[in-house]
Amino acid sequence: MSNRIGMEVSLMVSEAVKQAKVDVIAAYPITPQTHIVEHLSELVADGELDAEYICVESEHSAMSACCGSSAVGARTYTATASQGLQLMSEVLYAAAPMRLPIVLTVANRTLSAPLTIWNDHSDIMANRDCGWIMVFVEDGQEDYDQTICAFRIAEDRRVLLPVIVNMDGFILSHVIEPYVPVGQEEVDGFLPPYDPLYTMHPDNPVTMGAFAMPELFTETKKAHEVALHESYNVICEIWEEWGKLTGRTYTPVEEYRTDDADTVFVTMGSFSGVVMETVDEMRENGINVGLVKIRLFRPFPVDDVISTLRKFKNVLVIDRTLSLGSIGGPLAVEIKSVMYNADAKPNIFDFIAGLSGRDVPPDQIAGIYHTAMDALKMGRWENYYMVGLRE
Amino acid sequence: MAKPMEEYTWRDLTVGNVVDEPGNSISYKTGDWKSQQPVFDESKCIRCAVCWNFCPDMAIYQKKDGYFSADLEYCKGCGICAQQCPSGCISMQEEVS
Ligand code: SF4
Ligand code: SF4
Repeated sequence: MSNRIGMEVSLMVSEAVKQAKVDVIAAYPITPQTHIVEHLSELVADGELDAEYICVESEHSAMSACCGSSAVGARTYTATASQGLQLMSEVLYAAAPMRLPIVLTVANRTLSAPLTIWNDHSDIMANRDCGWIMVFVEDGQEDYDQTICAFRIAEDRRVLLPVIVNMDGFILSHVIEPYVPVGQEEVDGFLPPYDPLYTMHPDNPVTMGAFAMPELFTETKKAHEVALHESYNVICEIWEEWGKLTGRTYTPVEEYRTDDADTVFVTMGSFSGVVMETVDEMRENGINVGLVKIRLFRPFPVDDVISTLRKFKNVLVIDRTLSLGSIGGPLAVEIKSVMYNADAKPNIFDFIAGLSGRDVPPDQIAGIYHTAMDALKMGRWENYYMVGLRE
Repeated sequence: MAKPMEEYTWRDLTVGNVVDEPGNSISYKTGDWKSQQPVFDESKCIRCAVCWNFCPDMAIYQKKDGYFSADLEYCKGCGICAQQCPSGCISMQEEVS
C-alpha cells in the first residue's frame, strides 16, 4: 500500500471530482461543505482542473446553473449542506424528473433552529422524496470512491438520474484520514466522457422541463419512480466493477459480524465506525450482536433490507434525525414499513442519536442494546428513544 | 404531440419528458381556454402592428389587406392586445359559442 496517503476527507472529495474531469462546478460555500468547493476553485484557478467554476449568489442559483449546464451535456458537480440544501430544494425537485445526471455532495448538517452548524441528517431527510439517487458513506475512502462512482451511475443511459452522496459534516468532512487514490488512467477507463441522450443544441432543438397537464402528470411520476427503482441493478453492477478495479466492493446493504447474531444495529453514514467498534467489544464480553449498514437510501433497497433483517430477532435502528410529529426517525419508519410485508418480522426499535453533532461514544451504543433488552423483558417499548437525553 | 395526451401511457414518455418534436405546440389548440375574444374595429386601426408584437401566443396575424386579426384557435383571450392597441380598436367581447 505504498500510495496510501493522509488527507482531509473534503479534499479527497475534491480530488475525486477533479479526476472525474467535470466540466462545470456551480457552488455556494456553506459550512461544513466549504473545503470541498474551496479546493475545487483552487484547482480550477491553478489550471489543474479544466472546468468552468461558476460563483453563484445562492444555492438556489447553484442548482439552477447545474441544471442548465447538465442540460447542454456538461458533466456537472456541486456541493452543499443544511440550509443551503433547503434553498436548493425547489430545484432538486426539477433536476431529477428532467433526468439531469448532476452529482451533489451533501456534507450533512442540522437544520436550524436553534442555529447550529454541526451534523445530523435533518437536511437530507427533508428532501428525501426529491427523486435523486442517495448514497450515505462511512469514511473518507468510501466518499472518494462513491464520488467517482456517482458520475458513472448518474450518466449511465439506463439511469440518467442525479446522485447525492451524503457525508456526515465535520465527523467526515473535517477529519484527516488515510486513503488510496486511484490512478487517473484507471478512472478514465472506468468513467467515459458524458454522452447525453438529449441536449440543448440549436441544431436539434428540444424542450426540457415543459408543462404537463393533469392528463400526463401521473404518468410522468410513474416513469420517474420506475427509473429510480430500476437504477438499483445498475448501481450494483457499477459498484461491482469498481470493486474489481480497486478491491473495494460496495453493496446497497452490508453486514458486519452478523453470522450468529440475534440482535443487530442498523446505521447509515459514519455511525458504522463507532458501532463496529462497539460490536467488537460487546462480542468480547460474550454478547453476539452485529451491524447492518444501509448504504443506498434511494432507491431504498427493499428486497435486501427484508432478506437481511428477517434473519434477526431484534433490530436496533439508529437514526440521526427525528421525523417530527411522526413515530421516530425516518430510517426506522422506512424499515418498519418495509418489514410489514416480510414473512418473518423482527422486533424493531428506534434510537435517535447524534443530533447536531452530539458525540455518541461506544458505551452509549452498548446502552442502546441494554435499553432494548430491558424493554423486551418488560414486553413493551416506546416508538423511539432519544439517546443521551436528559429527562 | 403525436397523439392526444390522454392516450400516452407512462412507458410512452420520453426520458425526462423531453419534447423532441420542435414546434409541436402548433397541434395544441389553446383557443378553448378563453372566455373573451378580441374583436377588431378596422375603421380605427392604423396598422401599427403593436397588437401583433405584444400577443404572447403569436395568435395575431396580418391579413392580405394589411389589417390584423386573431387566430381564435390559439388566442387565449388574455386581452393584452386590447390593452396595448394605441387607437383603441380592439375590444374584448364575451365568446358566445
Ligand atoms: S387576447 Fe391575448 S392571446 Fe388573444 S390575440 Fe389578444 S393578445 Fe393574443
Ligand atoms: S395595435 Fe391596434 S391599431 Fe395597431 S395594428 Fe393592432 S389593431 Fe391596429
